Amino acid sequence: MAITAESTGKASLVEEPKRLGVRKYSADISAVGEPWLWGLGGALALGIILVAGFLTMIFWNGASTFWPKPIHLVTLTDGSVVAGEPTRSSVYRVSEAIREQLGETANAMIDEGDGFARRVLYRSANFDLYGDDFRWVSEYEVERIETPADFFLLERQEWGPFVGRILKVHFDGEEIAADKLSYGQLRRYQDQARDRFHEIRHIEQKDIGAVNYYIERQRLGLRKVQLRHGDDSPEYAAAAARTNARIAELEAEFAGYQARIAEIRERDRKDRFLLEEVGGRTKDQLMSEVVRLYPANDLSFGQKVGIYLSRWWEFLSSEPREANMEGGVLPAIFGTVAMTLIMVVIVAPFGVVTALYLREYAKQGKIVSIVRVSVNNLAGVPSIVFGVFGLGFFAYTMGVTIDQLFYPERLPSPTFGTGGILWASLTLALLTVPVVIVAAEEALSAVPRSMREGSLACGASKWQTIRRVVLPRAMPGIMTGLILAMARGAGEVAPLMLIGVVKLAPMLPIDTFPPFVHLERSFMHLGFHIYDVGFQSRNSEAGKPMVYVTTMLLLFLIVAMNSSAIYIRNRLKRKFAVGQF
Amino acid sequence: MNAVAESTPAAEPVAGIEPTKFHVTTSPDGAALDLRSFNLWYGDVQALFDVNMEIQKGLVTALIGPSGCGKSTLLRSLNRMNDLVDELKVSGEIIVNDENILRSGIDVIALRKRMGMVFQKPNPFAMSIYENVVYPLRVDGVSNKKILNETCERALKGAALWDEAKDRLQESALSLSGGQQQRLCIARAIASDPEILLMDEPCSALDPIATAKIEELIDELKGHYSIVIVTHNMQQAARVSDNTAFMYLGRLIEYGTTDTVFTNPRAKRTSDYVTGRFG
Repeated sequence: MAITAESTGKASLVEEPKRLGVRKYSADISAVGEPWLWGLGGALALGIILVAGFLTMIFWNGASTFWPKPIHLVTLTDGSVVAGEPTRSSVYRVSEAIREQLGETANAMIDEGDGFARRVLYRSANFDLYGDDFRWVSEYEVERIETPADFFLLERQEWGPFVGRILKVHFDGEEIAADKLSYGQLRRYQDQARDRFHEIRHIEQKDIGAVNYYIERQRLGLRKVQLRHGDDSPEYAAAAARTNARIAELEAEFAGYQARIAEIRERDRKDRFLLEEVGGRTKDQLMSEVVRLYPANDLSFGQKVGIYLSRWWEFLSSEPREANMEGGVLPAIFGTVAMTLIMVVIVAPFGVVTALYLREYAKQGKIVSIVRVSVNNLAGVPSIVFGVFGLGFFAYTMGVTIDQLFYPERLPSPTFGTGGILWASLTLALLTVPVVIVAAEEALSAVPRSMREGSLACGASKWQTIRRVVLPRAMPGIMTGLILAMARGAGEVAPLMLIGVVKLAPMLPIDTFPPFVHLERSFMHLGFHIYDVGFQSRNSEAGKPMVYVTTMLLLFLIVAMNSSAIYIRNRLKRKFAVGQF
Repeated sequence: MNAVAESTPAAEPVAGIEPTKFHVTTSPDGAALDLRSFNLWYGDVQALFDVNMEIQKGLVTALIGPSGCGKSTLLRSLNRMNDLVDELKVSGEIIVNDENILRSGIDVIALRKRMGMVFQKPNPFAMSIYENVVYPLRVDGVSNKKILNETCERALKGAALWDEAKDRLQESALSLSGGQQQRLCIARAIASDPEILLMDEPCSALDPIATAKIEELIDELKGHYSIVIVTHNMQQAARVSDNTAFMYLGRLIEYGTTDTVFTNPRAKRTSDYVTGRFG
């Protein structure tokens, strides 16, 4: 074209491309990359904004949940008072019916806002007195807002928080007026009482739990003898006598613990707070049932940080209370991590072996293609279907068989014949195995032919070549598949609801009783916890902050598990970084 | 690999040369490999036609020819690396130590242990230098430290890499330069003390200095091992080999002493090729 242009002059330079059917590149969008580049960049930016917005929302709400908020004492124009933590505000259109009942000043305020008014949601707490946790207060009905220093927020074992004044403290028979006590002294009283609560908890869970465990073992042992020898056999009679004697011993031990608990409870009843809510009603509150208390409007920054951290610590290290709405999520963290790790342990060998056979040994043909397509399709099956399958196959078929063979003495109560962490992990392994197979196949086929040939030429057999050269080389790729599987598995909830996740698991799958690891037990899961707190609780507004915090924690856990896997993979990869030439 | 027992129709003689009457430098020890009417098909396509040649013990035999003439295929048939190819068919015989290695019952792994192989591109494994060299022994299950150490030293010395590598045996083999990697591959190939060394264009990925080193090495290894080397580089063939075989379109056109093939070839194609008129 350049030559023609030179010889024929400028005019033909414009026309000639048309005649030849050659595109004018500067004008044709399909040939020039830049507009598409903008499109691609825009799509990427949109994606990043969405993800960033999502993460910001969760982290902002999650991180601020435990920060102590002030308590507002709101006096309304009609003379009534509301005290509570302001949680959020919104603007709404005031309906005509309500406006008719309002006074002139209020209506003027609403008119100023073109018929809209602002309202604030106060967490007034005191569920046991009010029958409600929250209250909307519109701006036009507010007379004044104060932040009195003597208002306390008490987090309680039951009934949720209490907002109000502390009038008196009963401590071991003494009665002390609360205004004579500093915040530090109040906390010391409460700490002492709280220690007793923990002591009772400890006796109930550890000591009485052990007694119950041994009694159950005795009973099961007897039942075993009964099943083997029959009701009338002398063996059974002897075993029954032995067992009953032992059970009597254990029950005596149990009674001892009960007495000890009663004793502590007796002492406990002498320590109480006399509380008064904002309307003047009083409440007699056991001190040991108070988890935490603080004067919300009279805190230094350091004290706020202290409360913030102590709430986080409680969240991470203790069990839930108040129907999962408060307290900690330790069992859920444990369940999530344990289930994911068991899943990886199952899915890794299973997926890799399958991929090895498909890629290295199977004769490539129709059957292998069908298998491959089926595996890929498996990844598209809704997860709830896997849950149904897991329940039907693992729990009700395999589990029931295991029970009949190995735990006949426990029937009719199921051991493996119901949902549990093992079956849940197996179900998730099934759900994620396609990801691992596809990634592992990809990784295996990416191992250079020259490596295999080099090994074979050294006189290595096919298996030796695979084990010593191919597999190590494919490991980073296989790890990538495992990471994807882990991320998918840790975030999956729907199938778990059928196969072992419960709202509140009384026991962790690992404890101090042999065989120490109890894979048949049901467990708690952060994903399900989010669903439960957010959508299954008596008060979704109160559960909302917990939803954010738990989501944040779940995300953090997944990121932590993935990062460690990525770290391992990168270390493996570094081994294969080629420093050639 | 399916050895076809029946004799297939012999390929047409090319350019009037009697395939069996080559004049090669002979070794006092006789032939290391004896190919008799060797034919090879990839599926329906015949890649090698009626190859007859005796590869002499202790000497260097170069295989030259234009791309696609079947040199590499021939070389890879000698230790049955072609087994990896699906739908491969062969006929004829390749005799090593009075045994036809194309026979179906033969122990291919044992055969490969007797033949070291060096590839076009250096292919060290992602292990330490030491582990690379002793790899053939490892797969044999040798775990005696003393034997492994001795073998490693002998092989690296044999491959002229000992001085450069002796202080870094535990480092990754991938940290070596390209030429060193190729010598490492040679060390690996001679670690199990094979009888025959097969080299498939061992210098094509290397710079001239590394190439010179490898050529020097081939010269030193000669005598210990029977070496078959495929090369595109005519000067290299002339420099290192005792006998040269020229192949064209799957046929062995000429096989003789290197001097004869390069200075006084009998076939016109050979002379055209070695003088650079085609190829």
